[in-house]
This record gives sequence, structure tokens and C-alpha cells, in this order.
Amino acid sequence: MAIFTMLLPFAALVAGSQLDARSDENPDGASLAPGLALDLQGGTQIVLQAVTSDGSDITPDAMEEAVGVIRQRVDANGVTEADIAVQGDRQIIVEIPGEVDDATIALISKAAQMKFRPVLSVMAPTATPSSDAQDGSGDGADSGNADSGNADSGDGASATSDEDLLKQIAKEQEGIDPTDPSDLAQITPAVQQLADQLDCTDPANLEGGGGDDANLPLVTCDQTGTAKYILGPVEVDGTDLKNASSGLITGQNGVVTNEWGVNLELNGDGAQKFREVTQRLYTLEAPRDQFAIALDGLVVSAPSINEPIPNGRAQISGTFTRDSAATLANQLSFGSLPLTFDVQSQNQVSATLGTEQLQRGLFAGLIGLVLVVVYSLFQYRTLGGLTVASLVVAGAMTYVVIALLSWGMGYRLSLPGVAGLIVAIGFTADSFIVYFERIRDELRDGRSLRLAVQRGWVRARRTIYAAKSVNLLSAVILYFMTVGGVRGFAFTLGLTTVIDILVVIWFTHPMMELLAKVPFFRDGHKASGLSPDRMRVSSGPRYKGAGRVEWQPAAAGASSGDAEEADEGAERAPAYAGAQAQSAPSTAGTPAPARSADGRRMTIAERRAAERKAASEAAKNEEQL
Amino acid sequence: MAFNFARWGNDLYTGQRSYPIMQKRRIWFSIVALFSVASIAVIALQGLNLGIDFRGGSEFTVSGAATTDENAAIDAVHSVAPSQEVLVSQVGDGAVRVQTAELTDESELNDVRDALAEAYDVPATEVTTGFIGPTWGASVSKKALYGTLVFVGAVVIFMALYFRAWRMALAGVVAVLLDLVVSAGVYAAVGWEVTPSTIIGFLTILGFSLYDKVVVFDKVRENTAAVLEQSRSTYEERANLAVNQTFVRSINTSVVALLPVAGILFVGAFLLGAGTLKDLSLSLFVGIAVGAVSSIFLAPPLDVAFRQSDVKIKEHTAKVLAAREGLAQEGASEAALAAAASGASQLIPGSHQGNQSQPRRKGR
Repeated sequence: MAIFTMLLPFAALVAGSQLDARSDENPDGASLAPGLALDLQGGTQIVLQAVTSDGSDITPDAMEEAVGVIRQRVDANGVTEADIAVQGDRQIIVEIPGEVDDATIALISKAAQMKFRPVLSVMAPTATPSSDAQDGSGDGADSGNADSGNADSGDGASATSDEDLLKQIAKEQEGIDPTDPSDLAQITPAVQQLADQLDCTDPANLEGGGGDDANLPLVTCDQTGTAKYILGPVEVDGTDLKNASSGLITGQNGVVTNEWGVNLELNGDGAQKFREVTQRLYTLEAPRDQFAIALDGLVVSAPSINEPIPNGRAQISGTFTRDSAATLANQLSFGSLPLTFDVQSQNQVSATLGTEQLQRGLFAGLIGLVLVVVYSLFQYRTLGGLTVASLVVAGAMTYVVIALLSWGMGYRLSLPGVAGLIVAIGFTADSFIVYFERIRDELRDGRSLRLAVQRGWVRARRTIYAAKSVNLLSAVILYFMTVGGVRGFAFTLGLTTVIDILVVIWFTHPMMELLAKVPFFRDGHKASGLSPDRMRVSSGPRYKGAGRVEWQPAAAGASSGDAEEADEGAERAPAYAGAQAQSAPSTAGTPAPARSADGRRMTIAERRAAERKAASEAAKNEEQL
Repeated sequence: MAFNFARWGNDLYTGQRSYPIMQKRRIWFSIVALFSVASIAVIALQGLNLGIDFRGGSEFTVSGAATTDENAAIDAVHSVAPSQEVLVSQVGDGAVRVQTAELTDESELNDVRDALAEAYDVPATEVTTGFIGPTWGASVSKKALYGTLVFVGAVVIFMALYFRAWRMALAGVVAVLLDLVVSAGVYAAVGWEVTPSTIIGFLTILGFSLYDKVVVFDKVRENTAAVLEQSRSTYEERANLAVNQTFVRSINTSVVALLPVAGILFVGAFLLGAGTLKDLSLSLFVGIAVGAVSSIFLAPPLDVAFRQSDVKIKEHTAKVLAAREGLAQEGASEAALAAAASGASQLIPGSHQGNQSQPRRKGR
């Protein structure tokens, strides 16, 4: 069962790498190698801090919306695989593989603003082919729109770039004097040409980014790229919106219908402006009776006005679902914040440096592993082999889980993460040390290996669980409370802690139980790390229970260590000191003296013990003779 | 014969050999107090050497440079901005990291970049630039601080519940915090640069150090579970035995934990130069070493010291000592007394050994 559970991730990974292989087209696919974070594969990391100019609070919803706006900008810019995430309560981290030019960064960090503009014209999202800038045939016959035909021929402008057109629009607007922001005279030839050229089905045009002049008409797309709008100048600023919420619409007679809608509330200034706008708009014909809510330069909603709204409390109704209403409300709330982004740090890691860091990091891990292996073999002899095997199993499991996570959750291994893994070698090996030491303790109490393993496991398990929970606690808290590199580190630390516990339970302990049956370990071979001369108290009587007392003759240990023993006699706690110190002289056949080496009077028990020991040794000597 | 580690462990386990760690706790406390005061003084007087992430500034990384001569970079930066303080460090093979105060001017930034590219004879695309606002590092460390506080609080609760003794939890946390103070003091004294990676390292120390203390405390808990139900040895003596018994484990653990960190440190410092790995491993190395020592010499004695304020333990200690005094006057075995004092788990067998001395059943 345990083995099955351990092999399952391996099988999943192999299957995943076969069925959903990672490639350039499928960056989220599975691979036998885990995905790497920016600092290892190279790329640019930009940290943006959201700032409100009026010091108002930023809600988590607004931050999510901000991420959405930035993601739209980045995606539309053609950057693949950008990782954008909220960090803490007002930071946004944008991670882009590869190099990024300043223009992109400027675009990303631009403030997202919401404006209310009247709609002048709504068109199909695709570009009108004949006036496409790339065709260079702007003066061709425009079948679609009477206005545009006039515009192009009158102006004679062909194949003009967007920027030129924008300048031209500004120039043309000076010439005309619109009666109100809904005046169709504002659709000057240049505006029309720009509108014709714009292709809203091209993702690059859904970049947003604002930067539009509030006093000029705006040609833009619906946020989803499904419609194209020509909008009049800004009439109400997004910051005039006090609050936006979604909910079920209350009907005229106060009954709650089951239709979803979005409620807007504008502040005093905004309500005043909004009243004027709505009074004008609701008399106009479609589509000029609509006002567009443009967030970050893209239209998020363009409701038509059914009646003048005098009090600044508007309600957008339509074919909303609960979710879409909530989304719009969130977008509107976000847009109402005077939010700007400060670039807090910008860091580029070149790909070569990243690769080098990874290689060196792994090399460091290898050195560490080898040192640990050598040390545990030195300390635990053959038993150290079990430590090494357990570490290998833990390492393999960690690798597979990370590879799986990078497939399933998009986890990316970062340099602090690698460091966390290397440090974890020590933590992991420690649970084996605690376990082995407990087994040794039991052996020292005179138990057989089988029993020692059993009892040692029960006691070690408790300690391991307690200590590992502290570890896990620290990893979890660090993960949720902190940011950036600390998180990657905490993640690997927590992961390895869990894997460590699993390995101890599923691998090390069962293996130890098996080993306890192997004669080599059971009988305490010298190289097994469990030999009696290492484990048992080498001399003195030992109460074995059930009224039996064991005299450990300590032949091997004591004889070789006699000289040392004598030196250490004084240092040792005097529990057995007397008996110990007397063993040497008593071989000469003299009866044990009443005083031990340090001049202390011996107890009867000690004296007798010493005598008996002397006798047994004398007997042995005779046998040898 | 060489020093026999396993034998030494045996002796420590049985109490044949015992180091009076608890009894000499005043010495350890004074040493720790000395170190802590010194650390705080050094931090206050000299301050920590904060890295670019905390000060804010611009950073250039030149990859694939022909030489890694530092002066080339300094000259290059000074040719554009003469008064700038420049920090140059080598990062890996043929890569140089140049840090300056923040260059706000875009053209200045590009000039420095071009100058560096020229100085190291690489194309300008091989020079990456970055800048870090002064608030970035601060916000990271503020988060880390909050995380630490929550963590410490959670751990106190966890330990208090697990050991059913708030004094133990308190001792553990106080010891860990002192570890941090001393580690930070070492950093300030040596003048190593503090980066966010260092902070990560310190946070890990916190975790590791606590982990180590929990293992030691668990042994103390095991040994002292029934301390009040017997009158041979005091809490202090039992705890001392526990610490002695886990001595071998503590040494093994510390060595095993330090070895990989030493590996990273070696690679980080000698092969990679400055960077995440080096900063991290350095703080870990210092912290784990400090933490391992304090798990033995600070945390358990602190626990014992705190326990002296527990009425039950105090009464029990007095009772045991009085009883021992009485026994000594009656001429009891000194070995037994000594064994009791060392907290040894083994009783001393007397002359009446084995079933031979059991009273025989009559009529057999």
C-alpha cells in the first residue's frame, strides 16, 4: 500500500510527460524537469506598488482587477507566459521571461483610469478592409459608410499611421465646434479613418493602457474585442464614482426581481454632470443614447439611457448573470480608485547567469549530500546506509512532487527554493538520527534489536511529529505571511517536511524492521552500527528484569579501553566508578579494598560486585593458562 | 584508542558520565547575557550593513565579461557619474554585479550601461539593469517581521499545548529569540551585507532552532513525566540527564544540518561570489551553529530556571533534597546517592541479586 502510494506520483508524472508534454506551444505541460522561476531561467521581474493619490483604501477585489488590467496589457503586448500576481495587499509582481524594453515597462505601469464617454458610433469589430493602413489604399471606395467615403477623399490621407492620425484628429478637432459631446460632427475624417483601420479582433489592439486625451473623441474596442466604438470626449471621471455594487434589481413596486444588475452611485459633482449627460442622451437615437464606461481605454460596458438620472444613482440592467454583474461592479469599483502604479523594483536576470546559478546550486547540494553521507556512515556504520537510502527516496519524491506541481499548479522553482531543498537535507536526515538514537537508547537498556526498534519507533515517532509540526508551522506561516523569495523558500521547506514524515513512516521504519531480522544487524556485527560494544554499557551489572542481573564482561571494549578508563575514572560520575577502577588491581588476586581509587568508601554492594568480577576474571585467566 | 563516540554516548545515556549543564546554568546565562548585550550594543553602535534592497539603488549585471576587474567598473561608472559610490562584486564565472545609488535619470542609466559594456568588452545587451526602490526591501522585511511574530505566537501556543507546560514554551521561545539577537550581532560585528536572502536565512534559523529545542525538550518531557511521583531525583537532575542523553543526537543533528549549508556556503562564496546562495547560507551557518549550542546550554537550563517558580516542582525539589540528606546521614550508599543525583535511569544492584535471594516458598 505504502509502496503503491509512493509510486503513484512517479507514474502520474511519467504519464503526464507522455500525454501532455511540455513544449514551446504548451508551456504548462508536464515535463520530467520541473519548471524554473525567473531567477534561474533568466527574465525580468517588475514589482509594482499600487498607490492611490487620495490615500483611499485598496480592497483585495480592486487589486485583482488591477492584475486583470495589467494582464490584459501584457498579453496584448505579445508577451507569453508572463506571471502576474498580487503580493501582499498592494504590490503586484510581474514576471516576464526574457528581456523587456522600457516601453513595455512604461505600458505596464501606466495608471488605469475609468472614464464615462458618450457613444457616437458602434461598429463591427473587424477593420474595414479597403481602408486598412497596410493596404496602402486608404482612398479606395468605401462601401460601408457614407461618412467615411467623404472623409477619405476629402482629406486625401492614405496609409497614415495611427500616431499621425491621432495628431490629425487633435488638429481637426480645433477646427470644429461641437454643440455637445454627442455631436456627430466630431467624427472627422481622421477619426473615421482611424476607426476603419482599427481591428478589434487583433489582440494587440486590446492592450488598453489609457493615455487617451479626455477632450478628444476616442476610437476604441470593447474589452472582449467584440465591438468597436467611436466615443465622444470624457464627460464624467471614474473617480466621481462613489461606489458600485451588484445585486438583484428591485422592481418599480419594490419587489425584488430575479434579474441581476449593477448599481452605481456617484458623488455630488459626478451626479450633477451625470444628470446633464443623461438628460441629453436619452432623447438621442441609438446608438448615441448610450454612454460608454471605458476602463483603461477599453469599453467595459455601454448601457443606453432609458431616463434622465437626477440623483447620481444609476442602475445598469441587462442580460447579466450573477457573476457578470459582480465582475462589472468590481471593474467599476476598481476604476473609481485614483490608482497609479509605482515601479518599485525592476530586476533583470540574464539567462546565462540563471543557468549558472542553478548548476552551482545543484553542485552545492551534491557536496552537502556527500558530506552528510560520509558523516552518517562514520557515525552509524552500515546503518548509515539506511539514512542514505532514505535521503535518496526523499529526494526522488521531492523531485517528482515539484515536477508535478510545476505541471499542475504552475509552480516554478526559484533559487531560494533550491536553497530550501538543500537545507532540507539536514532537516530530513535529522528525523533518521532521532530514530536511530532512540533505537540505540533502547539497546542500551538491554533490549533485543527487534524490541528496540519497536519501542524506539514509538518514542521517536512522537518526537519527530512534534518537531516536524513546528517546522511545518513555520513553513506555512512564512508562506502565507511573507512575499517573494521567502515564499519559494517556505514552500520547499514545508514540502520537504511533509515528504520527510512520509518517508520515515513508509520507508525508513519498515526497512528498519526488516533489517532487525537480518542476522548481520540482529546479532550486532561490529560494522552494523549496533554492535554490543558500542551500544551496551560495557561493564558493571545490569538489571535485566524478571529478577535476572546481567554481568556484561565487556571483554572487548574494556580491555582495549582500560587505560582510557583509568584516566577517565575521576571524570565519570561515581556511580560505578569504584567497581570499575577496582577491576584492574583485583586481577592480582588481592581482595577488593574498601576504598575506591578516589578515596571514597565503597558500599557493600560495590565491594561485592568488584570481588565477583575479580573472581570471574581470575577464573578466566586460569582457563586461558 | 581513539575517542569512542558511541561509548561516550552510552555513558551519557546511563548517567555514568554526566555534564552538570543545569547545575552550572548561571555560567551559561551570564555568557548568553554577555553575548546578547554585546550584540545589541554592536547593532546599535555599528548598525547592520544593509544591502541595496533596503537602501534602494540601481544595479547592473555584466555577463560574459572578459575580466572581472573591479576597477574597470568603478572607472566606468565614474566616467558618467563621478560622485557615485560604487559597489562591485563578482557573481559567478565572468559576471560582475555593479551597484550604485539610484540613477534616476534615464540617459544617465543608459550611459552607465554603455560605459560598463565598453569597460568589460561585451555587447550592451549583455548588461542588464535593474533598480530597487528603497521601500521594497523594507516592505519585504516588514512582512517577514509580522510573519515572525505570528509564528512565535503560534509556536508558543503549540509548545504549551504539546508539553502541557507554558514555562517550557517560554524557555524555548526566549532561547530562540536570543539566538536571533546573537546571530544578528555576529552579522553586525563582521559587517556582512544584509539582503532579503539574509532575512530568509534568519527566518529559517528560527524554525530550525525551535525544531532542535523541541527535540531536546521532548526528551526532558519524557524523563520528567513522572518526576513528582518519585523522590529519588529532582526535576533539575532529571532534565540534566535528558540533555546529556540527547547530547549525541544534538551533535549529530547539528553536524548533519551544517554540512549541506557549508556546502552551499562554499559554493556560494568561492564559486558564485555574491548572491542569494551565499547570503542565505552564511546566515544559516551562523544561526544553526548558535541555535545548536543554545539548544543544549540555554533552552533547558532556562526551562529549569523557570520551573523553580512552580510551587509543585519547588516543593518536590526540597523534599528530594531533604530525603537525600536524611539518607546520607543514615549512611546510605553514596553510589546510590550519586546515581540519583545524576538522574541515572539504572538502579544500583545490591548484594541481593537475582532470584536466588527471593524468599523461597515454604513446603517445596
